[in-house]
Order: sequence, then C-alpha cells, then structure tokens
Amino acid sequence: MTTTPPKTFAQKAIERASGQRDLVPGQIVDAYPDLYMSHTASWRCIRTLERMGVSDLYDVDRIAMVMDHIAPAMSAKNAADHKLCREFAARMGIRRFYDVNAGIAHIVLMENGLIRPGEFVIGTDSHSTIYGALGAFGTGVGFSEITATWVTGKLWVKVPESVLIEISGATVPGTCAKDVVLRLIGDLGADGLTYCSAEFGGSYVASMSVSERMTFCNLAMEMGAKNAVVPPDDVTLQYLDGAGVAQDSFEILLSDPGAAYRETVRLDVSALAPQVSVPHTVDNVVPVDDVAGTTLDQVFIGSCANAKYDDLAIAADVLAGHHVAAGVRLIVTPASAAVMARASTTGVLATLIEAGATITNPGCGACAGNGGAMADGERTLSTANRNFRGRMGSYDSEIYLASPATAAASAIRGVITDPRNLMGSVAHESR
Amino acid sequence: MTGQRTGGKAVVFGDNINTDLIIPARYLVSIDPAELAEHAFEPLGPEMQQRVQSAAVVVAGRNFGCGSAREQAATCLTGAGIRVVVARSFARVFFRNAINTGLAAVECPAAVDTIRDGDEVWADYDAGTVETAAGTFTFPAFPASLRDILADGGLIPHLMRQPKSPEKHDD
Repeated sequence: MTTTPPKTFAQKAIERASGQRDLVPGQIVDAYPDLYMSHTASWRCIRTLERMGVSDLYDVDRIAMVMDHIAPAMSAKNAADHKLCREFAARMGIRRFYDVNAGIAHIVLMENGLIRPGEFVIGTDSHSTIYGALGAFGTGVGFSEITATWVTGKLWVKVPESVLIEISGATVPGTCAKDVVLRLIGDLGADGLTYCSAEFGGSYVASMSVSERMTFCNLAMEMGAKNAVVPPDDVTLQYLDGAGVAQDSFEILLSDPGAAYRETVRLDVSALAPQVSVPHTVDNVVPVDDVAGTTLDQVFIGSCANAKYDDLAIAADVLAGHHVAAGVRLIVTPASAAVMARASTTGVLATLIEAGATITNPGCGACAGNGGAMADGERTLSTANRNFRGRMGSYDSEIYLASPATAAASAIRGVITDPRNLMGSVAHESR
Repeated sequence: MTGQRTGGKAVVFGDNINTDLIIPARYLVSIDPAELAEHAFEPLGPEMQQRVQSAAVVVAGRNFGCGSAREQAATCLTGAGIRVVVARSFARVFFRNAINTGLAAVECPAAVDTIRDGDEVWADYDAGTVETAAGTFTFPAFPASLRDILADGGLIPHLMRQPKSPEKHDD
C-alpha cells in the first residue's frame, strides 16, 4: 500500500481543476476553471473572439461578466463597449451578466453565490485572489487568456509553492483587518509571495468575518501572490448559506497536516497600531503616527478591498456627529448595489451623507481612476489597494492607503489621523 | 518566426516597475499596440519614453510588471518595438500576459547585474541564454508549452493554429 504525501490547498485545487493526481509545485498543467470572470475588459475578449472567428464556446454558464471599472459609461466609446458586452451576453445566452448598476465584480459574484469553496476561478483582474475568502482558488489573468478559456475551457497553470501565514492575537480598537494586512505587506514586500499560494491561519484569522477575509485575500495580491486562501469554517458556511449556495454543491479543500510550505510567517497583532501605506508603493508601510498630520485634499472609501457593508459601517461609526473638514472631498463608493441598499436601510448611508460625503454609484470608481481624480500636487487617503503614481489622476499626485476607520478620522480632521483619537466608544470592526 | 534568439539595445529599469507606470489605466480603451506604445511609461516622463522607443530590450530588477492584470502592459512594449524583457523577477500576471501576447520574458538575475543602459543584450528562451557585454548567462529554458505559444506569436494565434472542437472535460 502506498501512502499519499500530504498536500497543500493549492495542490488539491489544481488537481481537482486539472483532473490530474499527485501534482508537485513547479509542474505546469492544463486546468479547467469553474468560473471565468471578466469585468469591463470583456469587450476586449469579445473583439478577440471575433478576430479568431470562433462562435462556439466551451460552457457559457462558466462565464460571468460584470461592468464595473467604468460604470456608468463616461464616454461614447465606453458606452459602445458596454453595449457590445450586453448584446454579446444576450446573444450567447450568458446568464451571469451584471450591468453597470451591480457593483465591483468580485463582491457581486460572492454575494450572488457564484464562488464556492474548492473551486478554481480566473478573472481579468489581479485582485481575483479575493475568492480565497470563501475557500476558492482565485487568480488573475489577462483578457486573451479569458478569451482562450471561453473557447477551450482550460488554461495552463503552474502549481505554486505555498506560504503559511499564521496570525495570532486580537487587535486593539481602531486597528482593522486592513491594518494587519498592510503590516504584512510592509514586512514581506511587494514580491514577498510572488508565484505563491498564500494560506492564512491562526486565531486572528479564525476570528475574522468574511468581509475581513476578503480584505486579506484581496491585498495578498500586493505581495505578488498567485492566490490566497482562508480555510473555510463555520463563518464561511454561514456566508455561503446567506448567498444561497447549497451545502451539497461544493467540496471544501483544506491543506493536509504536514503539507510542505516554502515558509511559515508569524505575526502577533495584539499591539498593532493602525498602518498607512505611503506613496508610491503598497509595501511602503508605516504606523499611522509616522505620517499623522499630513494634509489631505481627498479621502476615498471604496474598492474591492474596503467598500463592503462592514467597511462603510466602520466609517459611519467614526463620522457620526462629525463633519468632513473644510476643503476636503470625501468620496464613498459602495462595493455593490446590495451593500448600498443595506447601508441605506441601516442609517449608514444617511450618516455618511450628513457628514458631508459624496456617495457615488457602486463600482470601482476612483480606484480605477474614474471619478475622484486628483489635480497636480494633490493628496488622497484611500481605502483601496494600490497607491501607484498616477493611478488617480495627475502623475504629480499622491495616494496613501489605510483602513476605513483611519480614512474616516482623517476626513474629519483634514489630515492623516489615528482613528483611536476619535473613537471614544467605537470598538472592533463588526464581526 | 525565424528563431528564438532576439535582442538589441537595452533600456534599464529598477525594481517594482508597476503596470500603472508601464501603461496608465486611462489608455486601456485601446488594444492597438502602436497606439498604446505612445503612452508606455508616460508617468516616468518623455525622456524615459524616448529611451524605451529607441530600445529593443527592457531590462529590469525585481517584480517587473507588478500590479494590475492589464494585458496592455505587455502589448504596449511590443508596440514600442521591445522584443524581450530580461528581469531579476516578474510579477506573475505580467509574465503570463507577456508570453500570451508573444513577448519573451526571461528571468536572469546574473545577466541583469552586468547590463548598463544602452548595452546590447540578446536572449534565447529556447536555449536558455542571455548574452551581455560581460558574457553569456543561463536560465532554465522554457517548457515546450510556453515555447510553442511564443513561437506562434502569442496565445490567440497559437490557438488559431490548433484543430477545432475541444474535447470536454469531466470533473
């Protein structure tokens, strides 16, 4: 009798998707994803398909399209691109088509029960690592690969090595999941997890809500990870139930005890202060005190990293009874229509509006450089996931990244502010 | 294609060159390599853009192409006349996009150490060699599957050469 060596989540997920067994890191195989997400880039896929002269697709039920990056259209060109996608989806019978009203693809797909544990999901977006929040293997690819997968159903995948990131302790009030993952990025660097499967574990991770797990798996991309995963547990199952996913429609994949990791990283968050990522790289991370007092022109609460309901609620808790500083623009872009609807019934939206926020339609918004651009010499504090030069307008502007709590506190003071200075009664992120 | 050895004059970059620097999102409304090339590296200023336009090889440090999954980060380089990127390491999505759009992307830290801006650099992804003024350096040759995609000029042209009717997969 032969014994199978222990396997990591990544090995199991790629074995499942490829139908092959006993894969080892470094091996290149063809995998058949369960879902192919394409966002506003979908029009490029359609044009590519036209160029190929192919109309026979592998499985239209595995295609999901979400018009999120530029929504609603900002130009006749955008409008024509959207129209192309809309008409293509109707013609091909693509049922998972979400129009400009839906919100950010990643969040929309998870809310709608389209992401399940153990599944292999590709997307035309680097932050597709976010699907690991529900125990799926999510990874980003270019639009040519999505087009090719529409036709063939498969793509080449290298089996990654895995890195285990064990996080223990409980954060102090005012320190959010975003602060923890920014600290990790600062410690490991922008290429600290390149080509790797990042597995999160430890008591802190077990205590995180799905929303916080999304923030984690999303930001893992900023360390170069191929995918990121939080092992599914009761928290995951409860979320899936709420999203209408049948319990018998998926199989949870977990790393075996004794599985081989390239490295194990440990972090205790008990004493961690709120963190800020300083221009122009995400891994340039300092405690908020180091940059407190830096003047701001704009604060952006949005993106697939931090514009979920919990994120908006944290910001509203801090902003309640306060007003945005004179001369500062606070832009809030809910991650999805569902987030916006919930925030409108719980009073969160009203609190943000009363505090002086500009609420925009759900979508990527300013994070993708659409609405909320900056002029020369301006500075934004953002809850998004990238602070690269020129990403939000002028090449001569600056982006700082922080948590929703730090963003809200900074909007009130008009300068980068430790949220603990304004948070008298506010406790942890809602779990 | 006539062979897997390609190269010419090099333009040298440092570490962590991200896709927002390579091609800002505002230009992603285009997929035309020549049009995209006009805006390649725009945030770094016209002098750097000029150096890229006159080069055939991009040489970079660690984590070249980090950031967005935008395929145009590879396409704009091809449009600018870049034939190969030689780096210490690549962000994984950029590496995929490069191969899939027919742009050779090789990791060879030892070669990068020896290259100065304006040097002649030649790379052969089949043989797994990079030639610089200081000598010839080796890297693991690409697996056959990737060599085939590159040789056909990218994933889509490669696919168009395949026989139709893909077999269905049971899972």
